[in-house]
Amino acid sequence: MAARDDTERHGWKWLLSAPALLVLLVAASGPLMIVAVYSFLSPGNIGGVTWDFSTEGWFKVFFSRDIFEPENVSWNWANLTVFGRTVWLSVQTTLICAFLGFPTAWFIATRTPEKRALWLFLITIPFWTNLLIRTFAIQELIRGTGMINTVLMALGIIDEPLQLLYSNFAILLGMAYVFLPLMVLPLYAAMDKLDFRLVEAGYDLYASRARVLWHVILPLVKPGFVAGSILVFIPSIGAYVTPRVLGGGRTMMLGNLIALQFGQGRNWPLGAALSMLLLIVVMAALVFYLRAVNSEEGKRRG
Amino acid sequence: MKKTLVSTLALLASAGMAHADGVLNIYNWGNYTSPELIEQFTADTGIEVTITDFDSNETALARIRQGGHGFDIVVPTHSYVQTWISEGLLQPLDPEIVTDRGNIAPQWVDVDFDPGREYTVPWQWGTTGIAVNTSVYDGDINTADIIFNPPEALDGRINVIPEMSDVMAIAIYAAGGDNVCTTDMDVLRATRDMLMEAKPHWLSLDYGTIDNYVAGDILAGIYWNGATMRARLQNEDIAYGYPATGYPVWMDNAAVLADAQNTENAMIFINYILQPEHAAMLSNFARYGNGVAGSEEFMDADMQSAPEIVIPEELVEAGRFSPACPQEIQDIRTQIWTELLQ
Repeated sequence: MAARDDTERHGWKWLLSAPALLVLLVAASGPLMIVAVYSFLSPGNIGGVTWDFSTEGWFKVFFSRDIFEPENVSWNWANLTVFGRTVWLSVQTTLICAFLGFPTAWFIATRTPEKRALWLFLITIPFWTNLLIRTFAIQELIRGTGMINTVLMALGIIDEPLQLLYSNFAILLGMAYVFLPLMVLPLYAAMDKLDFRLVEAGYDLYASRARVLWHVILPLVKPGFVAGSILVFIPSIGAYVTPRVLGGGRTMMLGNLIALQFGQGRNWPLGAALSMLLLIVVMAALVFYLRAVNSEEGKRRG
Repeated sequence: MKKTLVSTLALLASAGMAHADGVLNIYNWGNYTSPELIEQFTADTGIEVTITDFDSNETALARIRQGGHGFDIVVPTHSYVQTWISEGLLQPLDPEIVTDRGNIAPQWVDVDFDPGREYTVPWQWGTTGIAVNTSVYDGDINTADIIFNPPEALDGRINVIPEMSDVMAIAIYAAGGDNVCTTDMDVLRATRDMLMEAKPHWLSLDYGTIDNYVAGDILAGIYWNGATMRARLQNEDIAYGYPATGYPVWMDNAAVLADAQNTENAMIFINYILQPEHAAMLSNFARYGNGVAGSEEFMDADMQSAPEIVIPEELVEAGRFSPACPQEIQDIRTQIWTELLQ
């Protein structure tokens, strides 16, 4: 009886979300549709589009025609390199954040409740500062006359400054630094709910530390890893500021390549096609992560 | 009467927006507008000025085309001015307020991008050349080889500004072209190959903040003359070279937007910067020439003899004004450029 009442009461209530749905439809799907349409048009004069159907934008994502011998078509290694670098750097960023985030979250989760609040508070401090400023701070650290090089040279470890700035390494460092809290927080949330009696039970059954970690703790905090990985991987894929500042414009990621097409590249359809590609990658990553979680839950139920 | 009508309309049009009479919104390149000049302008006229930065001509054009931007004045580079005018984005200067166009130096009046200066007035003009740190390199500085075929000492420490028209011009001249809009496919192909071969020897394609040159992070690069001078004033090893094969001369121009909300204030500002003492303030900040006759006497003494401003006589000829190229040539240039930037 109560259940039927609930259904009746909830039946029309989805209408309450209509305003939000409408906003989502107009503000999220609308621009997305425009981008999708633009990717099938022709570039206009100095930016913009002309309303002529063309698949050239999509073609150029994957293939390139030699500028001087148009019949000579090959893979567009330039774009594919940027694409590969984007995925690879994002995967590395996620792994580094997971590797550093796990012990950090564990440390916090095993403090007394009062102290946890303090540590969590400390983790959020970087969010007080603008992303751009934090990125420039990294630049100051690793540049030729920066702190790291100065110290290493003063210690006599190196003779001349290491070229750290404007490299894949610089981008990786910047992204790992910026996104680390996004991994720590969901991991902490998962560990907070962790039943430590299970860990003790593991020890009681003579499991080694490594086995407890691998067979008890990691499976239990896996949802934290998945949530953290999504929070780190997806913004990494679309990173713009970090590669712009630390990559020096030569080492680009997908976000920079897209911005370039809408600016100096003057090819909006190509930019739109690349944006759609970015969206597809993000969707694929999400599906991958969600399936990883679901299959795990399925196993547990079965 | 006309004025009342205009301001009433303006009030209606700007319903809900902060719109006081004494306001002016300038949309200009970053780090380019003399704060001193703006201060004095406000003191003289009571008009409060807001400045917003853009980082490329394409960005500026895209934003203004969208409308609803709220800017009154924009400062496009000469090769884009025709696009701005033909798309109806600018309004003709009001001869009632902009009375001092006669102050423009004669060679900058009948320019092909705006004959008779109906829409624009000079803001700053300069050259794009080679900045080199002479503490590590003591060879000839007036050559594009420093960038396209770099000597050992500079290898891997070169920055190229990501400004297509400037870089393409220097590259096409160096590859043997006599015209930035050349239709000679052999020259364009040679340009492409030269750029692609040179790129691995570069460190970055960045707007190359002046302090990177001063600190020695960057030892050479394609750079603008005024920015190079600002770097040299902090590090005397930095020198500015004019590629003998050819280098671009450019001019940025101030104009009033067609949909400006403070048209009258904008016109007042345009006329203000045509006064030699005010034009000189722009130059003293950005370190470029300004195109207003008689402004030299108000410029800092170090500008008068600066090697970045005074072009050596034998190299004056190599400097050429770059026109906007026809679309089909522009397409090829753009393709070369994107290939390079990937």
